Amino acid sequence: MTALTQVNRRSFLAGAAAIGGGLSLGFRIPFGLAGAQAADSVPEVNAWVVIRPDDTVVIRIARSEMGQGTLTGLAQLVAEELECDWSKITTEYPTPGQNVARNRVWGNFSTGGSRGIRESNQYVREGGAAAREMLIRAAAAGWGVPLAECSAANSVITHEPSGRTTTYGKVAAEAAKLEPPKDIELKDPKDWKIAGKPLKRLDTADKVNGKQVYGIDLRFPGMLTATIRDCPVPGGKVKSFDAAKVEGMRGVKKVVPVGDTAVAVVADNFWNARTALAALPIVWDEGPNVKVTSATIADMLKEGLDAEQAFVGNKAGDAKAALAGATKVVEAVYSYPYQSHSPMEPMNTTALYTPEKCEVWCPTQSAEGILAAIAEVSGLPVAKCDVYKVLLGGGFGRRGAFTDFARQAVQIAIQMPGTPVKLLWTREEDMTHDYYHPITQCKLRGGLDAAGNLVGLQMRISGQSILAAVFPQNLKDGMDPAAFQGLNPGGPEAAFGYNIPNVLIDHAMRNPHIRPGFWRGVNTNHNAIYSECFIDELAHAAGKNPLEFRRKMLKPKHLAVLNAAAERAGYGKAPTGTYHGLAQFMGYGSYVAACAEVSVSTEGRLKIHRIVAATNPGHAVNPAQIERQVAGSFVYGLSAALYGEITVNGGAIEQTNFDTYNVMRIDEMPKVEVVIVPTGDFWGGVGEPTICVAAPAVLNAIFAATGKRIRSLPLKDQDLKRV
Amino acid sequence: MPRLTINGHAQQVDVDPDTPLLWVLRDTLGLTGTKYGCGIAQCGACTVHIDGIATRSCSMPVSAVGARKITTIEGLAANGTLHKVQQAWIDNDVPQCGYCQSGMIMAVAALLKDNATPTDADIDSTITNICRCGTYQQVREAIHAAAAKA
Repeated sequence: MTALTQVNRRSFLAGAAAIGGGLSLGFRIPFGLAGAQAADSVPEVNAWVVIRPDDTVVIRIARSEMGQGTLTGLAQLVAEELECDWSKITTEYPTPGQNVARNRVWGNFSTGGSRGIRESNQYVREGGAAAREMLIRAAAAGWGVPLAECSAANSVITHEPSGRTTTYGKVAAEAAKLEPPKDIELKDPKDWKIAGKPLKRLDTADKVNGKQVYGIDLRFPGMLTATIRDCPVPGGKVKSFDAAKVEGMRGVKKVVPVGDTAVAVVADNFWNARTALAALPIVWDEGPNVKVTSATIADMLKEGLDAEQAFVGNKAGDAKAALAGATKVVEAVYSYPYQSHSPMEPMNTTALYTPEKCEVWCPTQSAEGILAAIAEVSGLPVAKCDVYKVLLGGGFGRRGAFTDFARQAVQIAIQMPGTPVKLLWTREEDMTHDYYHPITQCKLRGGLDAAGNLVGLQMRISGQSILAAVFPQNLKDGMDPAAFQGLNPGGPEAAFGYNIPNVLIDHAMRNPHIRPGFWRGVNTNHNAIYSECFIDELAHAAGKNPLEFRRKMLKPKHLAVLNAAAERAGYGKAPTGTYHGLAQFMGYGSYVAACAEVSVSTEGRLKIHRIVAATNPGHAVNPAQIERQVAGSFVYGLSAALYGEITVNGGAIEQTNFDTYNVMRIDEMPKVEVVIVPTGDFWGGVGEPTICVAAPAVLNAIFAATGKRIRSLPLKDQDLKRV
Repeated sequence: MPRLTINGHAQQVDVDPDTPLLWVLRDTLGLTGTKYGCGIAQCGACTVHIDGIATRSCSMPVSAVGARKITTIEGLAANGTLHKVQQAWIDNDVPQCGYCQSGMIMAVAALLKDNATPTDADIDSTITNICRCGTYQQVREAIHAAAAKA
């Protein structure tokens, strides 16, 4: 993002470049569309495209960049249709306030569910195509020649008969005055020159020299920094706090209540705020959940495994009867713990409130959600509020549907009108006040006939519903349809891959007080472990090869990715001392599979040598970035499988930092090979779908290596010595 | 009042001597390229060089630095030329969100200074920084690429 910053837009920002001191390298502060406000601005060709006289192409990006590469991919799609010079591209974010003012011309800002590209590819490509047509028409009109005699490539417009040329930058101002074309024809993807190519990201340069500005880095003249402590037990409140004890401490400006559950210290800098907050005596009313522990939650879920009432998500035939008539019945219970998002950049928001206006600078996956939240908290109309997005230091779902940190920032700023306040959470606050990957258990029963065919499958999931807590309006007669992610009978989003004559998959909703949230991959993480590890158990019980057992039952697109992964990995021909495990799944509209290659030493030490992944996302807009998303998703998913477990005691979260919630480092990184097999007949997601196959593939490989079935995570708590 | 030498410049800072170097860099001096990730020397996002040694600045009180020379990510490039590790990060398209990469790059630059051609095992034992986006595969490739440039 380089086009955003007119630091002198307002007087209070005038000194922003200076305050960094002699060592500062200078600074760019996001302020929405430069084109809409800069004195020397050029008119946009349309909402998606601005072309400056020097031929720089500014592409507007509505979705949030958090590392997943959507900014580059979306720019590729616009540029492909625009026929512009890729080397002259820059990007900028419109604000949600600008979107509201323009009747949502940029569509949905929400960046989650791996929807950035698959949901907006059509209209961003149309935006690029419309701009191209307007630019060509402007050139043709300027020359007084028929439109049909002109064409565009690489930001240059050519009049074929005369050979005359001009550039986009020269005709953009005229093009901006034209009516947009009514009929737009998009290119056939097989003719793509920019989209579909493994281009480098557009946003790397400032990430290697310290110049990239994240929310945590924002600095305004007169800005103060706050840090906060919310009640450790959800449902509790602040009973009292003794501000006088810390008000005289170095740098402290104010100690403020935040709602009835939290207290913040506002100081001249973070360290002074944090030091004073640590010294602040706070008495909590811990509320009704203080007796909850991980053990009571486990009991609550266990009861659900056999409960009478459950929501049915997938039913075919009569699973109960099929199991009763089966030659062999296999039964197993699995579980998946709470996980923390813990993006590297802790939660933060900078807010400036006056009685006339409320503005926040926020790393968010959902700028429109933040806008609605700050309007509500400030009591100001939406038109008097706005949100300036900054690059996210990781999101993974934590910065998606949730607006807690921005609400807090505004609640603090309201108590200091006219002063910009940056609220920055400590890592400890971040880890103990997350919206956690939900906790579930699953009881599975499978019936095999005499020939070893799977004739019936029952799957009872018991546990927490994200939608019940976050979007209760999306429940269907009380049922959380998302609980069946990857287990649905059909549909384009997340269908169960197996044709089994008798199936019953249901969900006993059990909601502990720990707040759940969308965590990269969401419900596919546990659903894939439950179904893919159990299918492996069934293959073993049937005396069949796990690949052949799956192949007989899989639907065509699920089968194709499994075959692709197995073939590239050389399934069944693992190098001596290593063992293979498989998994396949569908989520976010994409089909994914993995083959893990592991060894387990005689002491029980696991090494994941290699994972081959296959994905069919329909269209591959940038294969190089897809490879990075697949490998990165495996790090996130395997960190959870190896180490991740958030536990509860006294109603509160026990883990506070990376010393107690460990994650994978480079020494445990397997070699990840990615096979991209897009079939071109749909648009699927990329950021999340693959995450869920890493853990079951590894668990199935551990079984191949040791004969041990691991049915609860994390692996750090398991003895992997060979049986 | 502690006196620091940062990226070749001497600088007096008016802070509590217990303040971690990280927060002096970020809040007092505006050198925000060095990141806060954990505050307990676990994640490495705050890595800087102190006399050439990779150091987690979140857990080093500013008073303990003394006369030693501090280099931050902002001072890694010399005379406008990127350090070979920075160049390798661009060539290999390493960063995703990028938040941890300042610390990752500083840790790798220190490694290559001591060990010009590290093996995978050397990388495994030395580079312990956390990246939640999971760029480790590209990090490893880029380290070898930077080492190959010598």
